[in-house]
Amino acid sequence: MLNYVLTRLLTFVPTFIGVTLISFGFIRVLPGDPIVVMAGERGLTDERYAELATQFGFDRPLYEQFWEYLTGVLQGDLGNSFVTKKPVWDEFFALFPATLELSLCAMIFAVVIGLPAGVIAAVNRGKFYDRALMSTALIGYSMPIFWWALLLIIVFSGNLQWTPVSGRIDLIYYFPDPTGFMLIDSIASGQKGAFGSAVRHLILPAIVLGTIPLAVIARQTRSAMLEVLGEDYIRTARAKGLAPGRINGVHALRNALIPVITVIGLSVGTLLAGAILTETIFSWPGIGKWMVDSIFRRDYPVVQGGLLLIAVAVMIVNLTVDMLYGVINPKIRKR
Amino acid sequence: MTDTAQTVIERPSPLREFWFYFRENRGAVIGLWIFAAFAFVALFGPWIAPHDATAQFRDATLQPPVWQEGGSWTYPLGTDPLGRDMLSRLIVGARFSFFVGIVVVSIAATGGILVGLLAGFAPKWVDTIIMRIMDVILAFPSLLLALVLVAILGPSLTNAMIAIAIVLQPHYVRLTRASVLSERQKDYVTSAKVAGAGLPRLMFITVLPNCLAPIIVQAALSFSTAILDAAALGFLGMGAQPPTPEWGTMLAEAREFILRAWWVVTFPGLAILVTVLAINLMGDGLRDALDPKLKRS
Repeated sequence: MLNYVLTRLLTFVPTFIGVTLISFGFIRVLPGDPIVVMAGERGLTDERYAELATQFGFDRPLYEQFWEYLTGVLQGDLGNSFVTKKPVWDEFFALFPATLELSLCAMIFAVVIGLPAGVIAAVNRGKFYDRALMSTALIGYSMPIFWWALLLIIVFSGNLQWTPVSGRIDLIYYFPDPTGFMLIDSIASGQKGAFGSAVRHLILPAIVLGTIPLAVIARQTRSAMLEVLGEDYIRTARAKGLAPGRINGVHALRNALIPVITVIGLSVGTLLAGAILTETIFSWPGIGKWMVDSIFRRDYPVVQGGLLLIAVAVMIVNLTVDMLYGVINPKIRKR
Repeated sequence: MTDTAQTVIERPSPLREFWFYFRENRGAVIGLWIFAAFAFVALFGPWIAPHDATAQFRDATLQPPVWQEGGSWTYPLGTDPLGRDMLSRLIVGARFSFFVGIVVVSIAATGGILVGLLAGFAPKWVDTIIMRIMDVILAFPSLLLALVLVAILGPSLTNAMIAIAIVLQPHYVRLTRASVLSERQKDYVTSAKVAGAGLPRLMFITVLPNCLAPIIVQAALSFSTAILDAAALGFLGMGAQPPTPEWGTMLAEAREFILRAWWVVTFPGLAILVTVLAINLMGDGLRDALDPKLKRS
């Protein structure tokens, strides 16, 4: 097991260096002179230009620049935003809880509905429920989520007036946010109605973001269950006269869960990509919206740093999933 | 007696065998028909559309569809805020999505197959380097990387296609390499090698045709991903630029009217959904028909 963990950790290092290389190269492949772009000043004199080149380190060899960038990254120094002048690192971690809260809720939504749907479809293979559930899942899987978000807004915010269109909470509430999770902080604040407001703001974005993972989980659960249900030990369990609910729920599902957990872990990347669209549409103040806004504002240090931090976050999650996979499935460790 | 012994059952041609299995999946056949209709509209769009897609009829702005009060047969699906005919724009818009799908899949598949073959046949260290690079690309959420690439290259449909192709390519590399590694050990490859086949022949003529099945399935699936991502980039203002009637761009333009005119938002999205759904249905059918492991024997 230790061997497995070590080899897996070792592959993390080159990928991490590659990711920093891409994010390092980003500023240098922008159209135009990077120094002019970084300075953001008009009519640079030659002296000022040279001064800036020294300041940004562009006068030194590339490998030295990269080394400095890499050591900076490892110490949490990603430069400052052009617009707010604040460190990119601080901005990222101030907004990250919002995205995390949204993603977690979306994932819970996806698992709570997707898992049972997949099991029901597998148990009723070929029958009405199977076909109905899997058709729905395929529609969900094919959904352009930005359009799905607009439809939900039309129905639930426009026609029914149940939910607000944007933000995380009504402006009348104000309280400190020690955890950064609005659902927890609103309860902790003790203000009446704050929690309800937070939930109403969260529910549509979470559904939108959870839709594709939900469809993927349902499809994966179904196929994993079907595979397991054909195994000999399931036949033995049936022959022993165990109740079908126990066979499906305990014997089959436990083994079917292994590939499903991988799929859940691997959808973190999808989730972050989806967060870009979802947060933009619902004006959710998280990482996705921050990145899109920065791209439009040409706030390059933010784009550069955000790209790196998001990639590292995805890598850490994938690594964790791989480790967990090794814990759950002993077969994989031997490889 | 000799007569019966001579009737050897011939193996059906691969295409017929494929069609036999593909036909079993009703959803896939429906998907194929919808896709055929989509391809037809994409090819002949400007000649089918009742109006010019960019013509603005200023006396008929935001007209509802024909079945709603105030609608007329002149504009069957209504008009947008600038008085352009929705139906015509949707019909002409089909060609952008179709084009995106074709171009992205061609670039990503060609590049991915070449790199994958190289990784599968090259010495271990080359293979390791290639696969690590692919890991790096895959570490970024695809839409985010495409978005940043477009931000660097400048927003346009062409750049969006390039960005999406780059982002999708690692999947082809991985698939091709995995198939190559498993095929390479088989006896027919060894015998070809012993017979004196050179490396290019071994790569492209001996091994590649036997690796194609999963790649074809992947091509169908990434066709739909490409359409979705291009529409998403258009929606974020980083894909096709107005007044191009690309479906995602149309949605972005219509956003502020969502509560006043449901049709300007509903139809472009529905067009994306139906197209992507049809392709995914087809992809499922392709997988069933091409994957020998799942074939009912």
